[in-house]
Amino acid sequence: MNVLLDSLVELIRRTSAEIPDDVNRALVASLENEKKGTIAESAFKIIERNIELAKRKSQPICQDTGSILFYVDCPVGFDQITFTEVCREAVKLATKKGYLRQNSVDSITGENDGTNLGPGSPTIHFHQHRSEKIEVRLMLKGGGCENVGAQYSLPAEKLKANRDLDGCRKVILDAVLQAQGKGCGPGILGVCIGGDRAVGYEFSKLQFLRMLDDRNPDGRLDALEQDILKTANELGIGPMGFGGKTTLLGVKIGVANRLPASFFVSISYMCWAFRRQGVELDSSLGIAHWLY
Amino acid sequence: MKILQAPFTEEMMRSLRVGDEVAINGIVFTGRDAVHKYLHEGGELPPGVNLRDGIIYHCGPVVMQEPNGEWKVTAAGPTTSIREEPYQGQIIRDFGVRGVIGKGGMGDRTLAACAAHGCVYLHAIGGAAQVLAECVKKVRNVYLKEKFGSPEAIWELEVENFPAVVTMDSHGGSLHQEVLKHSQAALAERV
Repeated sequence: MNVLLDSLVELIRRTSAEIPDDVNRALVASLENEKKGTIAESAFKIIERNIELAKRKSQPICQDTGSILFYVDCPVGFDQITFTEVCREAVKLATKKGYLRQNSVDSITGENDGTNLGPGSPTIHFHQHRSEKIEVRLMLKGGGCENVGAQYSLPAEKLKANRDLDGCRKVILDAVLQAQGKGCGPGILGVCIGGDRAVGYEFSKLQFLRMLDDRNPDGRLDALEQDILKTANELGIGPMGFGGKTTLLGVKIGVANRLPASFFVSISYMCWAFRRQGVELDSSLGIAHWLY
Repeated sequence: MKILQAPFTEEMMRSLRVGDEVAINGIVFTGRDAVHKYLHEGGELPPGVNLRDGIIYHCGPVVMQEPNGEWKVTAAGPTTSIREEPYQGQIIRDFGVRGVIGKGGMGDRTLAACAAHGCVYLHAIGGAAQVLAECVKKVRNVYLKEKFGSPEAIWELEVENFPAVVTMDSHGGSLHQEVLKHSQAALAERV
């Protein structure tokens, strides 16, 4: 299992230290678009320098190396128990090497044993499929942006948000307003319309696995994504909430069925330090290629 | 760009206004959730930690120990400051803090404490852990590490050309309030 261990440690290293190309392209475009001589432009310049430095030094882009979320697509019969054991070992090793901060504490006592291992850490989502492919995706999601996630229950009277797409639009834009300054913008939204409370949040995070510049195949959701992106960037919140032209880099929306009695809109906010990568593993569990 | 060179005096901090970009040179002490709660509840500063005319940095760095025992900061961006809002004003007052570095800004009580006691809020770029770690020239010491764990400990850092923006000054000015007001109005026109 040493090959798998090496593959997973390398996945963690690269996820922590390198911004995926699709996100970097969006950040470069935002810097060029920002008004010259503003503090927003200064913020983008520091962000760009940071991305370059982290990659060159193989060190975390952000010191908050986040919740460790694995998404594994695997064939029928895949040994999930062994994979989980190796995955935990990889997290421990990556922490020792400084790719991950000692970032997981006992929720009651606050104790930090320095390993990043414990209930829910790491979290591994397995998804079986009828293909021989093994794909492992990793998201490292920091606490600052996780804290500004929000779940609305429609109707939301204060926001005049009814149980329709316009109501969804209103609460999503409210979440952008509330997140200002706190979530390390410019951010990316992952949204789920529907589901129960848990499924809604889970699906909202799955949206982050999409390429930033893809388009939603559902025309109604695509229109909503483009509208929210455009409207949010007209609010003048800007990077870090300093004021400026780029408040969001992207909006990704999915749906899940709901009960007639419930109408949740769940919003996860991702910071500009959007750390997600993925690998397809070959038959010996080495890295065949990178997914982002 | 204004240079803030230690010792950080009241006069220096009072001269700053919202929107000023600064570069900080000198000692800063990290302190985040556990430290703020501890001090608020009457905990004493460990010997060696002096916040008077000092700067507190909301940061939980990644710190590695070299074979010779020295500490090296390898990632050190700011954490979200608003969590310390219940405690910050009191800590500025009781310990004579002149600057708070963090991200996201703080609330009315901290703004009032900045005005009353001659302190400013210095916004660093969230997520810029490498750029900011490069500004840390030396780790002088660490305190309360056993008690709170590494990210929550008080790290005494010597920094050089540490970039930040004044987003809350000692004259009642807050960039966060301004941006919130304008963005709320802009959103109201669009929903």
